[in-house]
Amino acid sequence: MNDNARPSGAAGSGRTKGDVLLEIRDLKIEGESDEVWRPIIKGVDLTLKRGEVLGLIGESGAGKSTMGLAAMGYARAGCRISGGGVVFDGIDLLAASIEERRRLRGTRIAYVAQSAAASFNPAHQLMDQTIETEMRQGKRSRTEAEKDAIELYRRLRLPNPQEIGFRYPHQVSGGQLQRAMTAMAMTCRPDLIIFDEPTTALDVTTQVEVLAAIRDIVEQFHTAAIYITHDLAVVAQMADRIKVLRYGQSVEEAPTREMLASPREEYTKSLWSVRKLGKQEQAAGEAVLQVKNVTAAYGNAVRVLADVTVTVPRGRTVAVVGESGSGKSTLARVITGLLPPSAGEIVFNGKVLPPALKDRDAETLRRIQMIYQMPDTALNPRQTVYEVIGRPIEFYRGLTGAKKEARITELMNLIEMDDSYVDRFPGELSGGQKQRICIARALAAEPELIICDEVTSALDQIVQEGILQLLMRLQRELNVSYLFITHDIATVRAISDEIVVMYQGRVVQQGPKTQVLSPPHPPYTELLLSSVPEMDPDWLTNLLARRKVQPAAMKAGDR
Amino acid sequence: MTATHEAASVTAKAAPSISQRRRRSKLGNAWRGFVKAPTSAKFGMLIIALYVIAAIFAPIIAPHGQAEVIGPGYQPWSWQYFMGTDQLGRDLFSRLIYGARNTVGVAFLTTMLSFALGGSLGLLAAIAKGWTDQILSRIVDALMAIPVLIFALLLLSIFGTSVIKMVLVMAVLDSTRVFRLTRAVSQSIVVMDYVEAARLRGEKLPWIMRREILPNIMAPLVAEFGLRFCFVFLTISALSFLGLGLQPPTADWGSMVYENKMLITVGRLTPLLPAGAIALLTVGVNFVVDWFLHKTSGLKE
Repeated sequence: MNDNARPSGAAGSGRTKGDVLLEIRDLKIEGESDEVWRPIIKGVDLTLKRGEVLGLIGESGAGKSTMGLAAMGYARAGCRISGGGVVFDGIDLLAASIEERRRLRGTRIAYVAQSAAASFNPAHQLMDQTIETEMRQGKRSRTEAEKDAIELYRRLRLPNPQEIGFRYPHQVSGGQLQRAMTAMAMTCRPDLIIFDEPTTALDVTTQVEVLAAIRDIVEQFHTAAIYITHDLAVVAQMADRIKVLRYGQSVEEAPTREMLASPREEYTKSLWSVRKLGKQEQAAGEAVLQVKNVTAAYGNAVRVLADVTVTVPRGRTVAVVGESGSGKSTLARVITGLLPPSAGEIVFNGKVLPPALKDRDAETLRRIQMIYQMPDTALNPRQTVYEVIGRPIEFYRGLTGAKKEARITELMNLIEMDDSYVDRFPGELSGGQKQRICIARALAAEPELIICDEVTSALDQIVQEGILQLLMRLQRELNVSYLFITHDIATVRAISDEIVVMYQGRVVQQGPKTQVLSPPHPPYTELLLSSVPEMDPDWLTNLLARRKVQPAAMKAGDR
Repeated sequence: MTATHEAASVTAKAAPSISQRRRRSKLGNAWRGFVKAPTSAKFGMLIIALYVIAAIFAPIIAPHGQAEVIGPGYQPWSWQYFMGTDQLGRDLFSRLIYGARNTVGVAFLTTMLSFALGGSLGLLAAIAKGWTDQILSRIVDALMAIPVLIFALLLLSIFGTSVIKMVLVMAVLDSTRVFRLTRAVSQSIVVMDYVEAARLRGEKLPWIMRREILPNIMAPLVAEFGLRFCFVFLTISALSFLGLGLQPPTADWGSMVYENKMLITVGRLTPLLPAGAIALLTVGVNFVVDWFLHKTSGLKE
């Protein structure tokens, strides 16, 4: 159906462009911190025509979300619009009264937030929340509204559209919830929808579903949209035009195809180049870690790992890929001893490790370190960098005083940070810096194996690249091995030597990178690999066309 | 390895070393924090400072001893008897000052003890989970089932009244509330990755309690300390009023209200003075605690 509606893919040459719907002129927004107003948006222009999709990209802190909210004439608490104008269909939103703006929101302008799970009220059924706005406006009867909602669920390809509305938010998956939220936004047939990173929190396999659903429905109702994301490949599928933001300023703006083919600005080019990071695969040598036939379960009932065997060679990177719930993180917990396996064993440096953490000696613990997904929760907010890095040095090596400080300076240099940062608390560091500190904490123990649990998935692409390059350099210099858990195939391509594909607690495929990444693939690997968005604007269209021919692969991912 | 150490220590000598810089910035932060404090917090600190001075230097400041009879009973306020005398003819002003030492000192000690006890057990329960948590929590539930004042009266009648026994009884009874709070707030910290990281490092229980969790639950604990302190203070005064707290002739604000309660009927304000002293300290402590809470929650942003 996509092919009919849209002969030439995302760049949307088949669409009829209408008059100007939204016009933002020289918008300035300030945010308050420490009783000082600092500019967040420094004079950005934006024009959106009826039925057009504009992609807004940039790293976090670039002001994307702030821009998105400003398009509704809204500034978050602690922010204020200090200049410029927002004109929506002839109505000056900044001059309009609060009542007037409220009337527009939810009827003519709608908003889809990043985390649907956090945006739905867990105490009410999806249907009640979907039609809430309509009910309050009283334009339609309840039965009519429900009928319409079910129709929207169907169009968004939610399973069981007739009854899914009568479930509670926790009873459906994240991808379904995100689509339900899109349905909610659509109920009033708005002229403009703002999508704020709607698929960032989803697995790649689910992301494809949601992207396809959003793209179809926006097209069917000829809705204009602002699509905010930091993922270039995603925006390439969705947008007619792309606008790049940085530090609250517009960097460049161009139609999607033009932008992808020939970015003008240096910064835009650097965004593009991130995905080209690569590593030459190296042959495996002696094994540091062997996970042998491990089966593990939480409590007595839920088995999360079944007969898993993985080997990590010294000085190499083994990537464990799979969607959430596939048992990747549980594998890490078993290796570290946090979750003793019910069967199988962990062999480290040729010795069988005690299954439980409390039975392992400090020397063993030192050799296996871990880096977490969220640097925010992995660093104690009440400890300075000095304490965070200093502790393992003191704990494992017994160094104190000047020797400890010298080692801290050395580690700070190793992670390419200045040692003036040692007084800072984690709250005073950026996301990438925090992750570097986490890496330094792991390195302070001088480990042989570092388990990296989705270490880059919470970071922007540019920051991601920096972290990955750092990890690769450290591996070359220190010959440390990585067990790299991720769901991002681009990351896997960039850094791994070997790949382990997991699905529902089992290893479905493993081997050297080139072997796993080159066809033919087992069905699940195929689904996983094909779901990773590519920069080609026709990628989604082509993929959906291919999958229609092979419905089996689609089925495996339909949850 | 040693070569890099030497190189690093040379550079450390040239510039102020990491530890020097850290000390300096900590002192500076504390001072800046004080200067920026709102008027209410400064007022609260002033009150607390006055009480502390009165408590420490009581023998110097007070014109008479706390048990010294200086004239006839129930004298009105005058130049000779600054705030009048009590039923036995003791100087009320001197007794107020000594009362700061006795009542505030005992209340402070009791609250500290109850926080040490309830706080450490609460942390332990939150980290250890399982049986330890169950046993501790059920004991606390049982203790909490009986109203504090009645339970304290009962225990003090059984064990006899002395300052130490009262402090211990009150501390144990009060620690149940501290236990519940500490356990609840710690539970949300225990699940954080940095606590897991500490466990993976091989850290022992005391370190995890003190260094990983405690700093993160300080804000609610300090707020609770302010409140608890006032409650303990009032309970001790109540016990003294009932004759089971601090024993005469020790000056205590609670018993002073009791002893002079007669005077209310003749329209004199004297019994309100010790009551006012209690109220003022309560207000002062809470001003400071409010400010501290505000400050720490602001730091999180």
